Amino acid sequence: MNVAVCEYGAGNVRSVAVAFERLGAQARITSSPADVAAADLAVLPGVGSAASAMGGLRERGLDDALRERVAAGGATLGICLGLQLALDESEEDGGVPGLAILPGRAVRLRTGRVPRIGWAPIEPDGEAFYFAHSYAAETSAAVARSEGLVAVAESGSFLGVQFHPEKSGAAGGRFLARCLSRV
Amino acid sequence: MPLPRLIPCLDVAGGRVVKGIRFEGLAGVGDPVELAAAYSEAGADELVFLDVEATLDGRAALSGLVARVADRLAIPFTVGGGIRRVRDAEALLESGADKVSVNSAALARPALVGELAALLGSQAVVVAIDVAGGEVYSRAGTERTGRNVIAWAREAQERGAGEILLTSMETDGTREGYDLEVTRAVADAVSIPVIASGGAGSARHVADALQVTQAALLASIVHENPARLIVLREELRELGVPLRDAA
Repeated sequence: MNVAVCEYGAGNVRSVAVAFERLGAQARITSSPADVAAADLAVLPGVGSAASAMGGLRERGLDDALRERVAAGGATLGICLGLQLALDESEEDGGVPGLAILPGRAVRLRTGRVPRIGWAPIEPDGEAFYFAHSYAAETSAAVARSEGLVAVAESGSFLGVQFHPEKSGAAGGRFLARCLSRV
Repeated sequence: MPLPRLIPCLDVAGGRVVKGIRFEGLAGVGDPVELAAAYSEAGADELVFLDVEATLDGRAALSGLVARVADRLAIPFTVGGGIRRVRDAEALLESGADKVSVNSAALARPALVGELAALLGSQAVVVAIDVAGGEVYSRAGTERTGRNVIAWAREAQERGAGEILLTSMETDGTREGYDLEVTRAVADAVSIPVIASGGAGSARHVADALQVTQAALLASIVHENPARLIVLREELRELGVPLRDAA
């Protein structure tokens, strides 16, 4: 199984690659649209700001590569900011257009302590994962929530998670193994 | 709110654990990676590595350590000690750390907090504050700064800090309980998560702190012994603290 982990100057690619390699997959950290097109699973990780991350994707041609991949039915996983970038837009930095793979927008968290950091169960399955975010998706494609916030969203071949499976211990490992088994 | 977090702290220098090595029967005694893995197995929610020397030689060792920890562990970890420039922090995150903790360098040049947050995101920036008598101290508690702890915590938040790690120098190492008064005052003054540190001697102390903060740093209470973390987690559950199921 070949996993392409998108490297575009926005974060924790190493931990994501290692997490897949632990599961026996071959993970390649790459900025190449051709690698993204060819992989069995493409992963869009990401932390930090939406505007600079979108700029990083565009500079490398990864924005079009990801859109085309999802349109062609290629399995794609967005993690944290990677989920938010897949939406139509983010209200971060005064408004940032997204990849428009998922309907909806990323909005600033308005309750609780922000950033929202820590382990929290997702519903319906009840397992706890690690979250670290200041924005959350508002989307009709939500399939699981955590404390009312979108935790997982899915549309076609794109699956987006707000939590960090690569930092979510045993539960995260099981989640990533399920992602691989669906490819 | 997410579940309360228990965060063991490992003091390292030159890439090794340097304090109170009491654990036995583990491969590679003194190896922070082995100790970290054992804490992870024991149910740690996150880890903090504190580079207590933070020399130039130590910095290279620290980067290597961070990469080895990231290769081995699937829980979040923070690295602190001697981070003075954005470039230092960037290198640590590229090696696999999730957050950096800054203390003296942020006091010397508060704009550092904003620079780190702009580049790495607030969720990756922990501002550590050492306090005694309501005053912030710098350089591992050796220098008074004249800054009020509430004012500095608020300023750190405004500049983009994602969390405050608050250590009471007056209770640190006493094992008589966290300084709940100053901890509550800081937690009430900011809207970012706060990590309590200094003074835990019993599960009750940790449970009391977690009524006030979102996380508790564990140092001498677990004493480099992961088995103590397992027991502590059981005791906290009995006290009604909702910890995650780490299995």
